[in-house]
Amino acid sequence: MARLFHSDRSVRYGLLFATSTSLLIVALIFLFLGKEALPFLANPGLTQLLGTRWIPVSFDAGSFGIVPLFTGTLLVTSLSLVLTVPLGIGAAVYIAELAAPWERRILRPLMELLTAIPTVVIGFFGLVVLGPWIKYLCALPSGMNALTASLLLAVMAFPTVVSVSEEAIRGVPAAWKRPSLALGATPLQTTWRVTVPAAAPGILAAVSLGAGRVVGETMVVLMVTGNAAQLTLWPLKSVRTMTATIALEMGEVALGSHHYRALFCIGVLLLGVTFGLNLVAQRALSRQTQSH
Amino acid sequence: MSEPTEPVAPKDFSARSRSRADAVAAPIAGLRRSRPAAVAARREAGLRWLLRGATYGMLAVIGWILLDIFGKGLPVITWQFLTDLPRASGAAGGILPAIAGTCCLVAGAFALALPLGVASAIYLNEYAAPGRFVAWTRLAISTLAGLPPIVFGLFGLGLFVLFLQFGASLLSGCLTLACMMLPTIIVGSEEALRSVPAFLRHGSLALGATPWQTIRYNVLPYALPHMVAGALLGVARAAGETAPILFTAAAFYIPRLPQSILEQVMSLPYHLFALTTQYPEAARIRSMQYGTAVVLLTLVLGLSLVGIVLRNHFRKKLRW
Repeated sequence: MARLFHSDRSVRYGLLFATSTSLLIVALIFLFLGKEALPFLANPGLTQLLGTRWIPVSFDAGSFGIVPLFTGTLLVTSLSLVLTVPLGIGAAVYIAELAAPWERRILRPLMELLTAIPTVVIGFFGLVVLGPWIKYLCALPSGMNALTASLLLAVMAFPTVVSVSEEAIRGVPAAWKRPSLALGATPLQTTWRVTVPAAAPGILAAVSLGAGRVVGETMVVLMVTGNAAQLTLWPLKSVRTMTATIALEMGEVALGSHHYRALFCIGVLLLGVTFGLNLVAQRALSRQTQSH
Repeated sequence: MSEPTEPVAPKDFSARSRSRADAVAAPIAGLRRSRPAAVAARREAGLRWLLRGATYGMLAVIGWILLDIFGKGLPVITWQFLTDLPRASGAAGGILPAIAGTCCLVAGAFALALPLGVASAIYLNEYAAPGRFVAWTRLAISTLAGLPPIVFGLFGLGLFVLFLQFGASLLSGCLTLACMMLPTIIVGSEEALRSVPAFLRHGSLALGATPWQTIRYNVLPYALPHMVAGALLGVARAAGETAPILFTAAAFYIPRLPQSILEQVMSLPYHLFALTTQYPEAARIRSMQYGTAVVLLTLVLGLSLVGIVLRNHFRKKLRW
């Protein structure tokens, strides 16, 4: 009996240990990114990072201003969200409230399946098919610009936004909708004025999770933005995002150099932004589940 | 079925039942009655089509991408393409090392992450009392799920490649991908455990079994297939990722099968990326690129489809 009890306790500690690996990994991620990035703030200094020119390799001292990279990410992200958020919420409303049951049975797993499409394939499509189209339609010298990337990112984030917000809309209890219907509101009026507002926190979570995916996406932007680090907010120009910069330059950089540390600084910024977006999403999701 | 059924079942409000609905709604203040009823009904039908259009429009775009890839890529797929070594830096020959590399990376990561993920889920769902530790762990899991792949790549470079000195290798790649798939596996396994009803645990505990005996003999056997099905989704996602293995494992061109866990490997997503962007005359080897894309898509979507179908099957089957 005592032996059994002891074995049970050791299993328990083993499981506890396994569970803490998630915490450990997150702590190590913060630690290792910080460890490689922090020396940059001491030596070239934070002001170096706030410059507007990213010329990491040059004969005299390189300049490591990440502002153009930040605006590149900002431009591409906001453009694609402007597209994908309304369409995604619309599709979620359609699947949760309007679609026929057989349609729903197909669309739900389909959306989940489509979240898995490798982004490198989407980038490849952009490079080979969509880029030339944009080039032709807008009469540009090259189709590799922020607009092309945003369109592809919108397509990439769409299934995620739909899945999460559809779940939120579906979770609104029927007891909230029935009174509205009983008062004579049509199903669509009920959807629009009762169900969707009630699901608002879940939809917010969907948007921030989608935004997190778009901000952090590397391969699509690496392949189709053209990667020119210029300070612009015009979508038909080539931009370079933070993720693409890391992916492009980390392979050739000298370990421990200023350039190497600057790339890790970008990584820390990315980590901070996505961590913040994730916090917003988790907060919203817990509010959603509490309210029902 | 947990589906909340519509209490009123108005399949089509547009034509016949319109007048009745208006008659009912008319005296109620607050609902917009200013427009003539016919206009309102038409607006509603329009809105309905708009939402349907948003759904199927975007699906059509995704379908266009998939059709383009499969349409131009499938003719390239031959037995030789799948089982031959690449030649001339990947411009000719097959893609066997890339397929093998991706399989090794994913299998290694799965072998590392599955036990950890299942154990975490058991602890969180069966043992842990709600409190600060659980709250922090859940935050950590959702953080891991939301981090960009490239951040995992930087982390893998900092910890596994440089600090632990595994170098850019199959081992570093597996470890990095394992960190990435861990949250998916935990969330899926927890769902599986929650679907096992409480009375199975209570019965066993009431007969004097310890908590672990109960879990081992009365919970896990029912939950394990469901767990593995859920974990396949994480595996599929990891198989398609490029950014985490960019600095930790991926090699541009190694025309032989992987031989040691301490050497770099070729992999499908990186091979596609390299053929399209790093190769000097990329436009002349489109067929190789399309072929690689088809194999990658088939692998990832296939794994994920199997995962989703099996999981939904277990969700439905286990109604006690």
